[in-house]
Formats: sequence, structure tokens, C-alpha cells
Amino acid sequence: MRRKYNKKHVYIGGGMFLCFLFTFILAVTVGSLKIPISEIWNVIGHHTIGFPNQVDPTLDAVLWSLRFPRVVLAMVVGASLALAGVLYQGVLRNPLADPYILGVSSGSATGAIIAILSGIGAGIWGMWFISLSAFIGAFIATVSVFLLAGRELRTNTLILAGVVIHALFGAIITFLLSMSVEQMSRIQYWLMGSFSLREWTHIWILIPVILVVMAVAWFTQRELNLFAVNARTAAHVGVSVKKTRFLLLILASLLTAMVVSISGVIGFVGIVIPHLIRMIIGANHRFLIPYSILAGATFMMASDLLARTIFDPRELPVGVITAFLGAPFFSYFLYKWRRNL
Amino acid sequence: MLTIQSVSKHYDTRCVVDGISLQLKRGESIGILGSNGSGKTTLLRMISGELMPDQGEIWLEEQNLLKLKPKARARKIAVLAQELLGDAPFTVREMIEMGRYPYLSRFETLSDHDHDVVDQILQQTNLLDRRHTRITELSGGERQRVAIARALVQEPDILLLDEPTTYLDLEAQWSLLDICKHWQKEKGLTLVMVIHDLNVASLFCDRVLFLQDGKCIAEGTPKEVISASLVEQVYGVTTVVIPHPETGVPQILHQPFTNNSRKEHAL
Repeated sequence: MRRKYNKKHVYIGGGMFLCFLFTFILAVTVGSLKIPISEIWNVIGHHTIGFPNQVDPTLDAVLWSLRFPRVVLAMVVGASLALAGVLYQGVLRNPLADPYILGVSSGSATGAIIAILSGIGAGIWGMWFISLSAFIGAFIATVSVFLLAGRELRTNTLILAGVVIHALFGAIITFLLSMSVEQMSRIQYWLMGSFSLREWTHIWILIPVILVVMAVAWFTQRELNLFAVNARTAAHVGVSVKKTRFLLLILASLLTAMVVSISGVIGFVGIVIPHLIRMIIGANHRFLIPYSILAGATFMMASDLLARTIFDPRELPVGVITAFLGAPFFSYFLYKWRRNL
Repeated sequence: MLTIQSVSKHYDTRCVVDGISLQLKRGESIGILGSNGSGKTTLLRMISGELMPDQGEIWLEEQNLLKLKPKARARKIAVLAQELLGDAPFTVREMIEMGRYPYLSRFETLSDHDHDVVDQILQQTNLLDRRHTRITELSGGERQRVAIARALVQEPDILLLDEPTTYLDLEAQWSLLDICKHWQKEKGLTLVMVIHDLNVASLFCDRVLFLQDGKCIAEGTPKEVISASLVEQVYGVTTVVIPHPETGVPQILHQPFTNNSRKEHAL
């Protein structure tokens, strides 16, 4: 009797994994240069377990140095934003919570803009300086929010502190933009988020962080469930509410800061994916965490694929696609399942 | 088993609970009564560990309750309060399983024993057929049964109930109290209940405690304590107190409504 739901999850989980795999293959093969599926396995085999290379070197270079990092980065960023969304929504128990609710996005944007305007964002290492500066900005914003919210870590205080810090950094951004009209388009493009010109190194920086956050989220799934019910209920059954909240919020903020500093501010994924999954499978974090990660990764790979192919060779900011795809899709589910939200 | 030693609590300069002491035996039920703002819920929250008293101590057998770790406390004390189920789309079973939290270490999943306890309580609370229903789809009475099941699955020694019958119809009230009574008799569960309904308290509780301005003004069995004069002192309302035809415990009847039924000092 207690195992009844397992079958349903085999179907949902299996279906989602197939979707993920299909999107991955599509994202790697489709682009300005069409690549046959068979070559993908050859290239992966060659670079990972040392298969003899029978692939055309140009194809190999395009696939391994451009296409793969881009697709894998989209995957990791999508997964990270969805996971951060799950954590923020769970801990803050607020349906409007997204990974940017505590001011991480505006903090990192300020950092990135300062790097671009000061000139350290130019040159070979420019991209890295922009990322570093964005991360510092995000870090400062997060610390400010926690300091402002005080020791009690009440959700409403935290959210309001997030609004205040967001507004403050927003003002700085507007000021900086108004001072530098010639750099406006470059800054605007960074703000909208993109995966172009990213390398494997970006991915290797993100991977350990997301793995740690995933592990912690998985092992605090019971606490997250209880937070989703009510913080008082959590306290009644023995959760150390303040400690757990602090740990999860800090980790979610760190993950978001890393993601934003690498790929810019990509909206919609972190708020929509967890809601969507919650509507379909319910609020249990045992399923919500892995399904959201999988759905976030799939959704972001698909969005990036569209962003670079719709107006090929011109590329759209991926944030435009996530919103365009996400809004109608989410509206449909919201309409259909609004009672289960 | 539970000893409360002159606990006090202030909110800013206002004293909400003022030096209350109380002793409870295993398997006893006590009703905490008083008008709104008399400190009942604050007292209950101090016993549950949600609030720390400014003065005084609370002992559970040989252990200082205020120094127990959250999980250890949750294995001893469970709380049933109004609307703590929230509106997240959990199923009934998922919600009740959460009550096993204090028995699980970080890397442990629910054992067969945990599942058995959950099944047993689902049965006792008549929720077995509804176990896969989302709690957002339940009626008020069913939600309250889920809440009590979630609390009982903690297998506590003491159950704290904060106005458990409010918003429930007669049948739901009775079914909830019946579950509590069953656990009190069968498992020696101690019940501490904040309640507004004097008649229910009188029928249900072994002892009652009346609070006024944070102080205990009367304590004893319902028969000893509940009288028209006490009710008038606490609530400022003139009532008639008659014995229950079957048990003889006091029952309150309102006076017919006239301009004189509410005394000046209460206004």
C-alpha cells in the first residue's frame, strides 16, 4: 500500500529523463554546423576514455571546444537555477520566491558592470574578471541582505531586505548605465544572460558547487518538506529551524551567485520549473528536487538551442527564450492545475 | 511527570505569564482556560519549547525541558495547533510521515517500524482511505484529523492542543476528542489543552486551570472549580451552571440576552 506511487514516478521520471537525453542530443547536433549523431559518441569517447580519433579535426574542434561546453553549461546553469528556486521557495515559503529574490542578481550585475566600465572586463582575461567581479557583487548583496534581516531570519524580513538591497543595487546600475551610453549594449547583453563563448573551465568551476548544494538539498529534503508545511510545524517535530534555514539560504545564494557571474541573469527558470514540477507531482522534496534539476537542465538546453538557431547566424539572449517559452507553458499548467498549487 | 516551576514571560514590559506553577501526572488531561489575552497560548508555547520563559523552569521527569535538543524534545512532546498544515500539496500520508522526523537520523529513511506506526495511526484516525489524497482537497474536519495523526505519530508522552475544536462541527469535534481520549487511556498520553469551550473542557479534562492576566486564579477538577461566580470573574458574563445529567460535571448555560447580562467591569 505504501509503495503505490512508485510506478507513477517511474513513468514521470523515465519520461523526463528521455526528454533530457533527446534535448541534449538535439542541442549538440543542431546548429550552424550540422553534426551527425554517430560523431558525437566518437568525440565523447575520444576525449573521455581515449578512443582512437576518427573524426574530422574541424568537426572535433567545433563539437568539443564550442558546442559541448555551451550545451553542458546550459544544462548545469538550468539545473542550478531550478535547484536554487526549489530551495528559496521551500525555505521562504513564498510562491514568488526565485533565485534572485535576495538581491543576488542586481548585486552581480553591479559587479559585472563595474568590471566592464572600468576596462578590466576587456582583453583575454576579461570574461574572467567580469565573472569574478559579478560574484563579488552577488556576495556583497547576499551578506547585506542577511545582515539587514537580522538573527531571527524571519521570511518576511528576509524578503523585504532582499527588496531593499535589490532596489539599492538597481539604483547603482541605472546610475552607471546613464553615465556610459557607449557601453550600454554590451552591458545590456550581459544582463540578459548568454552561454556564448564559454569554456570547459566555466563548467568545472560550477560543478563542485552544484554537487555540494545538490547533496545538502537531498539530505535536508525532510526539513524542506516541513518548511513547506509551516516553520512552526517544523519546530514542533524537532527541526533546528534557524540553523537549517541559514544553511540552505546561504548555499542557494552561493549557487545563484556562481551561476549569475558565469552566464548572466537568466530569468523565469528558477521560479517556473519548481512550480511546474510541484503542480505535477506534489510538494514532496524527495521528488521535487531531482525532477526540478532534470527539468531545469532540459528547459535551459532547449532554450539555448532556440536562442542560437531561430535567427541563425544572429543569436538571441537566452533569457528572451526562457520567458517566451516559459510564460505560455506555465500559463497552461497554472490554468489546468491551479487548485493543486 | 511534567513540572512547571513559576514560569514567567514578558513581551516588552507587559507580563503575559506571571509565575505559573503546575504539576501533571502521566495520563492526565488538563484544560487551560481564560479569556483572550490571558496568557494561555503563551504558556503552551513555553511548554512546547517554541518560547523561552524569562524566569522559571520546566521539567519533564528528570530532564530540564528547556535544555533538551529539538529532536529529543519532539519525541516527548507533540503539538496540535490551529492550521499548521499549510497549503502545500502534500498527500495525507506524506504529511503524517513527517511526524516521524524526530526518530530519524540525517541519512536514515523510514524503517518498516516507522511505516507500521504511520499505518496504525492512519487506521485509528480513519484516514486510511484518504491517504493518497492531497491535504488541499480535505474538509476542515479531515484536516484536523490529519493534524492530530501527524502529532500522534511522534509517539509523544505529552500532547499540547491549542484550541483544537475551534472551527469544527460537532461530529468533527467529538471524533477528535475521542481519538485523544483513546490515546490518553490506552497509552497514558498526557494532554494539555487550551480551550475556549467550557462545557467541552468540563466533560473532557481531569483538571482545569483558569488564567487571568497571566496569573493562575483557580485550579482543580471541573467540579471543584467551575462555578457561575468564577465564570463571571474571568469572562464578565453571568451564566447558569448546572450539573451534567449523566456525569454530574458542571455545564454552563447562557442567560437569556438582556442588557444586564454583561457586567460593566468587563466592558
